[in-house]
Amino acid sequence: MASPAVLASEEAHSADEHAAEARVHAAEHSDEHAANATEEKEAFNPAEVIMHHIADSHGWHIFDWNDHPVSIPLPVILYTEKGLVVFSSSEFHHDQEGTHVVEAGGQRFVNIHEKIYYASDVANDHGVFAEMDHETHEVANATPWDISITKNVAALLFSAVVILLLFLPAARSYKKNPNAAPKGVAGFVEPLVVFVRDDIAKNNIGPHYKRFVPMLLTMFFFIWINNLLGLVPFFPGGANVTGNIAVTMVLAIVTFVVTNVNGNKHYWGHILWMPGLPVAVKPLLAIVEFIGIFTKPFSLMIRLFANITAGHIIVLSLVSLVFIFETVWVSPAAVLLTLFISVLELLVAALQAYIFTLLTALYIGAAMHEEHH
Amino acid sequence: MTGSIAALGAGLAVIGVGIGIGLIGGRAMEAIARQPEATGKIQTNMIIAAALIEGAGLFGIVVALLGN
Amino acid sequence: MGIVTPGFGLIFWTTLTFFILLFLLAKFAWKPILKAVQDREESINSALKSAEAAKAEMASLQSNNEQLLKAAREEREAMLREARAMRDKTIADAKGAASEEAAKVLEAARAQIHYEKMSAMTEVKNQVAQLAVEMSERILRAELSDAKAQAAMVDRALEDVKLN
Repeated sequence: MASPAVLASEEAHSADEHAAEARVHAAEHSDEHAANATEEKEAFNPAEVIMHHIADSHGWHIFDWNDHPVSIPLPVILYTEKGLVVFSSSEFHHDQEGTHVVEAGGQRFVNIHEKIYYASDVANDHGVFAEMDHETHEVANATPWDISITKNVAALLFSAVVILLLFLPAARSYKKNPNAAPKGVAGFVEPLVVFVRDDIAKNNIGPHYKRFVPMLLTMFFFIWINNLLGLVPFFPGGANVTGNIAVTMVLAIVTFVVTNVNGNKHYWGHILWMPGLPVAVKPLLAIVEFIGIFTKPFSLMIRLFANITAGHIIVLSLVSLVFIFETVWVSPAAVLLTLFISVLELLVAALQAYIFTLLTALYIGAAMHEEHH
Repeated sequence: MTGSIAALGAGLAVIGVGIGIGLIGGRAMEAIARQPEATGKIQTNMIIAAALIEGAGLFGIVVALLGN
Repeated sequence: MGIVTPGFGLIFWTTLTFFILLFLLAKFAWKPILKAVQDREESINSALKSAEAAKAEMASLQSNNEQLLKAAREEREAMLREARAMRDKTIADAKGAASEEAAKVLEAARAQIHYEKMSAMTEVKNQVAQLAVEMSERILRAELSDAKAQAAMVDRALEDVKLN
């Protein structure tokens, strides 16, 4: 079942974890297609591999050993009609096609492309325990509420621990020797904290900036650390946390709520009944402005998601060059380009954290603006 | 087919964004050259403006992704 | 399609993680860090301010000192001048008094001398007169011891007295 990619990649094995991962997925996908018995030796499909990487998954794939994927099993937590059901993701045995049924809590589940469905009683023609909608080509089975610790959730929790380990000792060192020059972690943290407080919060929010500083700091470091960990090519980094739209959506919703809760009457006045304009235009502008309330955080969400995802896609694409051209001689170029893009992504990681926080501060500042125009 | 049209759409979106951010970057450079003492402020505003433009471009790309 | 539809599980966990993180960091990290930073900024500011004040104080002290020195110098100067004047005056006074005294003493001496001289003269005169009387008495006695001499003498005296 060896795909060309697997053969081609023997020498490039240690080049990059992404490379290893790509190889795995290539193998998996060629397996699955072979199982369908329609095509032999499916060509390496970088798009599929990349999409698979940047999407979330149950179970954290680490590397391959003798063509067998080695991954950390993560708990699958499902909120079903019969209550919470918990089992290990390893029970799916790396199956993502819905051919392997897991029985837990008196119910049966299948994993189809990392989405968990209630399994059908009998398999269909392809051995999949699910019904396909023939028009949309989507799985028609019902889904439980899935609150599993997926790869991204695990990475998220890991980065939360990293953040706590970074800042709590820093804070303690301040308590230990107050009014002294910051040392160690505190010395690294302090300029960033002061930067967020002064350049982001104070400059953009205005006089009442103080109570937003903790939120902005948390936001900034949450995004930044997650971005950076996403760039680490091996376990426990490499997950696409801030490149997942669910994560950026939560952050954007925080911005949305904080902005609108703190909006004063000028802010709402400018949205609903823009002063200084002919009455005929006012309702029209109100609609536009009202949509604007939502597009601002929406653009925050999309921006972060797209930037980080694009970074991952580019890195993976460059690594995939080796498998696309099926020769090791491409690897120097691929590695150099990957290195270049990775360094660029380091910049982007900080920049996106900065922009997200800056725009949040700007929106809050606009909502709290007191002056008349 | 939808895939390639989506890719075309994404490419078109990127053209617009590229022009926009290029203009901002160029103007910012001119501004910095003219007033080097205001570099910090110009940079901040440049990044904000670039981010806003980029947001518009990203909408296009997301639509392209959705169409894919 | 899959990557642009947010998954429920991740939304749930992100929300939970973010707010727990926000709570923990706000309470145990940002508060002490921001407070420490602000405290230090304030202490630096106050230190700078007090340094400025100390500098100003030093300057004022210096000018004070200078003024004091100047005043002291002036005072010394004045005292010296006064002393000098006093000395001059004293000397002048003493000189005046002494010359007066000397003049007085001289006058007195002169008067005394005059008086002594006068008295001496008087005495001398008196003694001369007495001597003359005694001598003349003695001479007369000797001359007029016999009758002839008396007669001769009366004759001589009569001779001297020329009755014109």
